[in-house]
Amino acid sequence: MDFHHSADRQMLADTLGRYLQQRYPIETRHRIGASDAGWSREQWTALAGLGVVGALFAEASGGFGGTGFDIAVVFEQLGRALVVEPFLGTLMAGRALARAGGHETLLGEAIAGTTLVAFAHEEPQSRYDLAEVETRAAGSGDGWTLTGHKAVVPQVEAADRILVSARIAGAPGDEAGIGLFLVDRAAPGLAIRGYPLIDGGRGGELALEATPATLISDDAYPLIEETVAAGIVALALEAVAVMDVLKAATLDYLRTRKQFGVPIGKFQALQHRMATVALEIEQARSAAINAADALDGDRTKRERAVSAAKYTIGRAGTLAAEEAIQMHGGIGMTWELPLSHFAKRLTMIGHQLGDEDHHLGRYIALGRAA
Amino acid sequence: MDLRFTPEEEAFRTEVRTFLQDKLPARLADKVRTGKRLTKQDLEEWHAILNARGWFAHHWPKDHGGPGWSVAQAHIFDIETALAHAPRIIPFGVSMLGPVLMKYGSDAQKKHWLPRILDGTDWWCQGYSEPGAGSDLASLKTSAVRDGDHYVVNGQKTWTTLGQYADMIFCLVRTSTEGKKQEGISFLLIDMKTPGIEVRPIILLDGEHEVNEVFFTDVRVPVENLVGEENKGWTYAKYLLTYERSNIAGVGSSMAALDHLKRIAATQRKGGRPLAENPLFAARIARVEIDLENMKTTNLRVLAAATHGAPPLEQGAMLKIRGTEIRQEITSLTRRALGPYAQPFVSEALDEGYNGEPVGPDYAAPVAADYFNNRKLSIFGGSNEVQREIITKALLEL
Repeated sequence: MDFHHSADRQMLADTLGRYLQQRYPIETRHRIGASDAGWSREQWTALAGLGVVGALFAEASGGFGGTGFDIAVVFEQLGRALVVEPFLGTLMAGRALARAGGHETLLGEAIAGTTLVAFAHEEPQSRYDLAEVETRAAGSGDGWTLTGHKAVVPQVEAADRILVSARIAGAPGDEAGIGLFLVDRAAPGLAIRGYPLIDGGRGGELALEATPATLISDDAYPLIEETVAAGIVALALEAVAVMDVLKAATLDYLRTRKQFGVPIGKFQALQHRMATVALEIEQARSAAINAADALDGDRTKRERAVSAAKYTIGRAGTLAAEEAIQMHGGIGMTWELPLSHFAKRLTMIGHQLGDEDHHLGRYIALGRAA
Repeated sequence: MDLRFTPEEEAFRTEVRTFLQDKLPARLADKVRTGKRLTKQDLEEWHAILNARGWFAHHWPKDHGGPGWSVAQAHIFDIETALAHAPRIIPFGVSMLGPVLMKYGSDAQKKHWLPRILDGTDWWCQGYSEPGAGSDLASLKTSAVRDGDHYVVNGQKTWTTLGQYADMIFCLVRTSTEGKKQEGISFLLIDMKTPGIEVRPIILLDGEHEVNEVFFTDVRVPVENLVGEENKGWTYAKYLLTYERSNIAGVGSSMAALDHLKRIAATQRKGGRPLAENPLFAARIARVEIDLENMKTTNLRVLAAATHGAPPLEQGAMLKIRGTEIRQEITSLTRRALGPYAQPFVSEALDEGYNGEPVGPDYAAPVAADYFNNRKLSIFGGSNEVQREIITKALLEL
């Protein structure tokens, strides 16, 4: 066993971390996140130029990484800076394209950062369940159209192309009969209602009305599941990084804030709370490592580890966010303190790709099936 | 980043498993698996088997008679022995005193005492806690006054685990009341047969005689039984508490206990279906199972980073807290799983050779008592509250 990153990965992490520290301070992040676009093409291009996107993909797909731990090092750094650019969507859409095969040009553009592809799977009623697809695909052969509604797609307004899941056959809840399609941002019948997100950046609702689409996979459930697994590994490491920031900020506050004539870290009530938070963060880090390790393995082991990680991150993340605010007292409630924005991001990670309860239930079901 | 053990380590795991298949008596494994009482003879039998293979002192270096294993090997051994239902190793001599003697003992002390720990000549117990010194251990009062070639010891120790079997006790005693309370403590080795020592049982809530009070009245201890220097005992005591933490999370025992819980939950019925399929109970099991899966990796991370099995204090504290919380939750769920059959308690049913008809399921007899007994886990070895202070103080550096 070895818990160190390889030299290459560590070098990428260091380069990325340095860049973000210098070029993506919290004020910049706030400005970008609150801008009309909700992201910065300039930052995106610079980060893609550093190889940050390429690290998310295997050599066979045109990248130079693509394993769970490659995704881990990238999203850990992105998390420390609360980066809002569309890395998660690019990871998921690119991974799905790579798995489906036959779209090397588009994948190459996505890895180069020149074409943005979003991944639109969840629906208003699906509530994290990957098989709850109501969006319908009609047609056959060379002509498909999609009709339906995709929910809270991160940075969907920024996308040039969108990967959309839609039902070819069967009923919502069936794993069989789900297809994956590529639609153009400018396609007829496609409407996006964009909005700001509470934790910065933007998302949007995607409405499709007889929108022309290209079939990518006609049996897409396994591919979607694996894509979501990679997304969860990314979110898990992002969450751990956010928790580390919250922990450092809270420890600093406990050391320096004085009440009753002493640093508040002298008080047992706060010491005990802080110890529990620190312990939960280490357990969450282990869960994230387990998921990253399992990403490239067999399906049941992978999905169990991924659901265990998302459950753990959801539980520990809520605790870490709430406790960081509580231990900071009133100042923790303010917009001005960066801490509050990390707490919001951490909490909202719990609402992406399945919450604590969803993944606990899924973990149980997977165990029963095994 | 690689969570796998090396092929050599996996080969070692196979070697341990083969050894356990061949040498762990089925009688002992059955007793452990079914929660029967282990006698002194049972524990000594397993000790002798391990020692014959050179695996008893499995954290000791080779030059003191240990196998000189890596941290990973010792970890694998801990896991495999627990999964095979081997009796626990009583830690006081081998894991606590041994390392202290190796680091701070005189050559004569090492030469005399270490081989006797290995071959089981001396059963050691620990004289740390006192009625007025629990979490605040340094306020201990048992005194040792120099008188010629002897110390004369007066006072009382308590919570002395298996002191009723012990030949020897290592004690923290007060040799000075000057300065800070930590600075007047010495580390003494005392023969339990010395006149003036009285051992009185403390019966725990499960009805078992596991711990004792030990009273010292004018007990004369030869000065050569002082370890290290006078008034430096606190340093040795702290070293003892940090040295052997590789198994403090008890991952192997929790894995075995979780397997047992899952088997029970698959057998027990609720609404005509296995209890394991009840959504509320399944969620309780899944939560602790995930916590344990995470802990396995946390434990390995700490071990991989630690040199000589001594992780930083706050990491050891985290392993202790969460490891014991996990174990306690599993014993709690096992108790809940029995439903009303947690209530009957036929104490004799825990003895070897009991032939009576079991009340309820045959696995029910020890479960509630085991749950109550394991409440100790979050209290002993530094309560989990003390551990939390250790963590935050280390992180804050206040």
